[in-house]
Amino acid sequence: MYELLSDLLEKNGLVTAFAFVGVIVWISYFLSAKLTKGRLHGSALAIIIGLILAYFGGLATGGKKGLADIPLLTGIGLMGGSMLRDLAIVSTAFGVDFAEIKKAGAPGVVSLFAGVIVSFIVGAGVALMFGYSDAISLTTIGAGAATYIVGPVTGTALGATSEVIALSVAAGLIKSVLVMTGTPFVARLIGLNNARAAMVYGGLMGTTSGVAGGLAATDPRLVPYGAMTATFYTGLGCLMGPSVMYFAIRALVE
Amino acid sequence: MVIYGVAILAACFLVGMFVGDVLGALLGVKANVGGVGFAMLLLIFITNYLRKDLRLNLASEHGIAFWSAMYIPIVVAMAAQQNVVAAVSGGPVAVLAGTLAVVVSFALVPLISRIGPKGEPLPDVLGSEDAQ
Repeated sequence: MYELLSDLLEKNGLVTAFAFVGVIVWISYFLSAKLTKGRLHGSALAIIIGLILAYFGGLATGGKKGLADIPLLTGIGLMGGSMLRDLAIVSTAFGVDFAEIKKAGAPGVVSLFAGVIVSFIVGAGVALMFGYSDAISLTTIGAGAATYIVGPVTGTALGATSEVIALSVAAGLIKSVLVMTGTPFVARLIGLNNARAAMVYGGLMGTTSGVAGGLAATDPRLVPYGAMTATFYTGLGCLMGPSVMYFAIRALVE
Repeated sequence: MVIYGVAILAACFLVGMFVGDVLGALLGVKANVGGVGFAMLLLIFITNYLRKDLRLNLASEHGIAFWSAMYIPIVVAMAAQQNVVAAVSGGPVAVLAGTLAVVVSFALVPLISRIGPKGEPLPDVLGSEDAQ
């Protein structure tokens, strides 16, 4: 009996994922209303529960994809993978006012460059504090503080050690998890309630998953604006990492 | 028909991603540069144009609105497949580098938002997550 059921769930992974995520969202909205009187938004709670489950999924399987490594729940990988995620992000642009995007063009571009440069400086600074002194390692860890894609791309291009590349990926993952969970708590403080601030936020944070999750948990209407700028961040980081940022950091430490 | 909306969305997605890939290749970067952003702009222009001509009917709009409404569940699934174990086992360098980058970036949001005229807060909508 059990085997029949698990075969069924495994074979229809995506459908299983729909049902499973539906239950997580339902529990989250229930807890949000009962325990926090709606103060902690249901979607914020759902994302946090998702991350906690990903942690235990990773511990249980030793894999890299959280819950999606559990055979019964591989559909989570498809449902939350980049294809459907990006399709859903694009769909949120439906009904967006283009005038808003044009108005925030200049601060959006500034935020992109500021976001990439600040992340590199902060990441490299921390690495320096912990005793790394060669420009390649400093740049790679700084790149990881940009996003977990910029880190390994930069590290590979510069020929960093695999230990440093792994560190840069971990730094990027921490950033993405923190942006997902922290945004709803600081949103009021940083004035994240309008299209322009959302575009600046997207450009500064840059991590697509972090921005997607953080804005979903804050106000889903801000998603298209934040996603619009964030989508340029990783490309810009990969462009600047092994070139401008590396030369600048090398000039400073050597 | 619903499929028209889904097809328009899919076509915008593919064209935007292709532009992002080409731009990445031209810049010599191993990443898609702005694909999602180009796709969004394309969707905004196309749906605005079709709306004015009244050629995009309600059912077709539902094809796009459905994916928009699935956004949060999809993000929850995305959260559930993050490599959280690797994130927390990266040690103090990774944790501190990632955390400080987020804190400093958060702090810069109000500063950079001040460039140009002030942004208007979105109007309060009751149960905005249902309105999406």
